[in-house]
Amino acid sequence: MAEYNKSEAELEAVFQQKIDSEQKIEPKDWMPEAYRKNLIRQMSQHAHSEVIGMQPEGNWITRAPSLRRKAVLLSKVQDEGGHGLYLYSATETLGIERSELIAALQSGQAKYASIFNYPAQTWGDMGAIGWLVDGAAIVNQVSLQRTSYGPYSRGMIRICKEESFHQRQGYVIMMELAKGTPAQKQMAQDSLNRFYWPALMMFGPHDSESAHSAKSMKWKIKRETNDDLRQKFIDQTAPQIAYLGLEHPDKDLVWNEEKGQHDSGEINWEEFYAVINGNGHSNRQRIQHHVKAHEEGAWVRDAMSAYQQKKSQKQAKAETAA
Amino acid sequence: MTSSTETVSKQDTIDYAARLGDDAIVIGHRLSEWVSRAPFIEEDVALGNVALDFIGHARMYYTYAAQLSNEQNSTDDITEDNFAYLRDERQFQNHLLHELHKGDFAYSTARQLLIDVYNKYFLEQLKKSSDETLAAIAVKAAKETNYHCRRSKSWTLRLGDGTTESHERMQLALNDIWGYSHELFELDDLEQRLVDAGVAVDCTLLKADWLKEVTAIIEEATLTVPDQEWAVSGGRQGYHTEHLGHLLTEMQFVHRSFPGAKW
Repeated sequence: MAEYNKSEAELEAVFQQKIDSEQKIEPKDWMPEAYRKNLIRQMSQHAHSEVIGMQPEGNWITRAPSLRRKAVLLSKVQDEGGHGLYLYSATETLGIERSELIAALQSGQAKYASIFNYPAQTWGDMGAIGWLVDGAAIVNQVSLQRTSYGPYSRGMIRICKEESFHQRQGYVIMMELAKGTPAQKQMAQDSLNRFYWPALMMFGPHDSESAHSAKSMKWKIKRETNDDLRQKFIDQTAPQIAYLGLEHPDKDLVWNEEKGQHDSGEINWEEFYAVINGNGHSNRQRIQHHVKAHEEGAWVRDAMSAYQQKKSQKQAKAETAA
Repeated sequence: MTSSTETVSKQDTIDYAARLGDDAIVIGHRLSEWVSRAPFIEEDVALGNVALDFIGHARMYYTYAAQLSNEQNSTDDITEDNFAYLRDERQFQNHLLHELHKGDFAYSTARQLLIDVYNKYFLEQLKKSSDETLAAIAVKAAKETNYHCRRSKSWTLRLGDGTTESHERMQLALNDIWGYSHELFELDDLEQRLVDAGVAVDCTLLKADWLKEVTAIIEEATLTVPDQEWAVSGGRQGYHTEHLGHLLTEMQFVHRSFPGAKW
């Protein structure tokens, strides 16, 4: 059936039917404008998070305390750059350029994961970020492997494989610290204390407060709610903290036999909104760092296109002569 | 190379492996400083990749130096990290070119061109070392170095023959660092002994090929090979520029703050 003789409402009905029957939406399929916009927002935010996330960890490559850890951290940060690229490309299938997405990041119009506005102060933070931040990201991404947009779903499947390696390397760092000297154990506890709550905040506001949730669930862009995903993370992290022999940062955490899950203390939502709105330790630094690198690289990008142009002119000349 | 390994002192080989490791870790460090600061993400990834290769080479050389040290001292606790983290500025023996600051993208590209082409010829010779471990390291490192050379060449061409600004920046960078290239081809007593024993590369013999290839690339990039007379050296004797101390301070600080800790 040709799409051009269908009304908007009919097209939308077909679209929703596809979603309901678990078929993927592909770049050339008709989609509601709001679906497209919602995806661009979410996917580019995800891409930006990978790229901005290179900063706090990149900050520790030169100071990693052993050569082995240095090599592992460097390859992890490299993976993140690769994920960023992959996600930008997937977002471009929705009819937007990478340069537009980057401009939106730099102007503050587009967001990235708020967790990266927390400073990475110690080597222990490399452990906590890998374990908790990548760990929380995986919980979300595993769920997104079933997202309704084909390129995003396939991207998530690929990215999840590498992310689980990232989480393991973070946990290995924590294990070494936790079973190390008293000073190392103290370093691990301090990093856990600082990153646990921000990691929980990564799942976003409570479902009742979430601006984008309802529509995203209907369109199966999101497959599980913020609170459900957060609960999964809380439940999987509690035994990991116990195994390390560290103190749980949530003093109200108790196992609820009836529900088969943990009850936990309340997140500091004031802090959550403050950091999201630009008032974290590192919000300004992260964007300024990105803008600086981008501006300092402008002459390199110009040189590249000038060289390419000269080369094709020479080639065209040679072909005419021949 | 002739094989007469029996006359080789273990300490000489340890020192030689360690200085090759020093070259690799120091340039790997400089390259890793580009991560999150490159002109675009593809380059963040590529520079990180090259940095990782050099760090990998350093680990192979240091691990070998550590193994020989343990044999010599009947110990088993000397590791690659002793070499990277527990030696001071005066003990590091990397070439000065490697330790110079990160600079702008042209500076890093120009330096990388000189180093990568040097490594290509150097490793070809090290493959023939009578020391089997060094020869095996060279085989592995050479594969990656060929890729590094292609990368450095294409960036030199793009920047040299790109815009007026990129051309000027490249020429400035070459002029700045050229004087540090000469010591790559010097041989001190330690290396002379190892050359005689067939272990080390006689780097004085690499200069002609290196200069020919580097000159061809520089000229194709419409740049000029600097002809200044000045030359500095001293890296192999631990006589460094002021850049190295800061690099080591940063690299070693966590490791040294927790003596005896495992990571």
